[in-house]
Amino acid sequence: MPEWLDDFLWTYQNLVHALGINGLLALSMYVVLAVGQLSLGQAAFMGLGAYSSVLLTLKLDLPFLAVLPLSCVAPVLFALAIGVPTLRLSGVYLAIATIGLGEVLRAVYLNVDWLGGALGLSGIPGRAESWMIFGLLGVAILALWAVGRSAIGRAMAAIREDETAAQVMGINLARYRLGALLASAVLAGLAGALGAHSSSFIGPNEYGFEPAVTILSFALLGGIGTPLGPVVGAWILTLLPEVLRGFSDLRLVFNGVIIVLAVLFLPEGLLALRMRRHAA
Amino acid sequence: MLAQQLINGVLLGASYALFALGFTLMFGVLRVINLTYGFYFSAGAFAALFLTRDAGLGIWAALPLAAVTAGLIAVALDWLLLAPLRRKRAPELASLMVTLGGVLALYSAATAILGPDIRRLPPGLVDGTVFELAGLRVATPQLFILVASFVLVGALVWLLNFTRLGLAIRAMAENPDAAGLMGIDTGRTAALVSFVAGCLAGAGGVLIGLNFNAIHPYMGESMMLRGFVVVIVGGLGDIRGALIAGLALGVVEVLTAGYVDSGLKEAVAFAILVAVLWTRPSGLFGRPALRRA
Repeated sequence: MPEWLDDFLWTYQNLVHALGINGLLALSMYVVLAVGQLSLGQAAFMGLGAYSSVLLTLKLDLPFLAVLPLSCVAPVLFALAIGVPTLRLSGVYLAIATIGLGEVLRAVYLNVDWLGGALGLSGIPGRAESWMIFGLLGVAILALWAVGRSAIGRAMAAIREDETAAQVMGINLARYRLGALLASAVLAGLAGALGAHSSSFIGPNEYGFEPAVTILSFALLGGIGTPLGPVVGAWILTLLPEVLRGFSDLRLVFNGVIIVLAVLFLPEGLLALRMRRHAA
Repeated sequence: MLAQQLINGVLLGASYALFALGFTLMFGVLRVINLTYGFYFSAGAFAALFLTRDAGLGIWAALPLAAVTAGLIAVALDWLLLAPLRRKRAPELASLMVTLGGVLALYSAATAILGPDIRRLPPGLVDGTVFELAGLRVATPQLFILVASFVLVGALVWLLNFTRLGLAIRAMAENPDAAGLMGIDTGRTAALVSFVAGCLAGAGGVLIGLNFNAIHPYMGESMMLRGFVVVIVGGLGDIRGALIAGLALGVVEVLTAGYVDSGLKEAVAFAILVAVLWTRPSGLFGRPALRRA
């Protein structure tokens, strides 16, 4: 590695890691939006991945390459518990249940002593390397791109555009939606473990309502035409507060406004197709 | 001990029911999961704080004024965020998303302006006398909350069932297009529904603020979890279900706090939500005739 790159990565390591991790989170929102569902559970899944991986590291001292895959277990179990019943119903149920999940987990982290309470868990070794984060991000983008061009991707697009028509074509709605939610839980769990092991501390408020909505703003800013869109959205929204001084106070206001504007005014936004159909 | 817990639970549940009523009303009539709803709750509490602390009003004057303030905010947000989507007949997830973005912007703007600290209502706002009857203790603020909740719920039931506006609202819940063809001004009715729901949320904010005496911008957000549990358990859009589920949730929370662990009351509430989704997704009192999402 050339020396200047080494220096740069060392100086901006936190920011570089945040770019990769937020990219993974944006993808975890993308897979669910790609089947026309809305899950606000990404931050909660990330928190489950973070807390479970930190406990595995601190209490059992497992190597990080074993911790990383195990960090997906808890998010996947919660995704199953919530996804199986709600994905048979209309989309509002998944959205409600996932927002509720985030709120309840925050309360649990705050109140359970061995999860650190309000102080969180600290002294986490910095075992997440840039190559792991960006390697996973690259693999995820390629995998989602390949899936998008396969029969599965066409089925997902059909579901997004018209559920009834897709069902008539013999597409098993619930299975695709659940698959997307589980993929989303895996990506968010990995992002949580990587994030926890690149900062020395995790706390209950990092996985609450604000990050949940922020992840949605990544995807809506980038658009969900391709997997790259959400990642670019995540990078813009991660870099902006670093570039613009004094912006960080209003960062969340800005993220919220992006969602409002994207839904109200972006005709090529993800819901455009369905809107036109209903208007016709 | 148990009887005392039950009383406390019902008193807490009354304010949960009150809070969830407006949320479920909005869904029933406008078919939107309006997540800005939690913000009306915070707005009502803050309005009451300013009215009592800075304007020196008593609680009986501050409560309706705060409720109306929250109601007006609700109308403005509905006009700004949801009316355009209604005109386009956007899918329900679009309206859910827009309110999600809106509420994040509102909470964080409110936190930036007002600060994140917890405020308290001026002391002595409600006489703190504690009544004792057969060993059961009820404090005056709790009685106030119970009476206010009953009055507001009664007013809502009367409005929906015995007025022309209520008839229009029920017609719109049944079928907005047909209601429009019958000469109902659906835009105006939607605004009025938002106003009523906002008033209920704002009043809930004042009453919960009185009960726990802790007012901060995000208080509505933590309340939304209760709102979700109540409307799912009671059935989305079901007013009667929300009333029963709200009271039951209050009792369950108090019993969990009393006999298990107060740190687990949210977890128990959420477990009930998930259990209902698995077994009876249309709510415990679900009636198939009700139009659902």
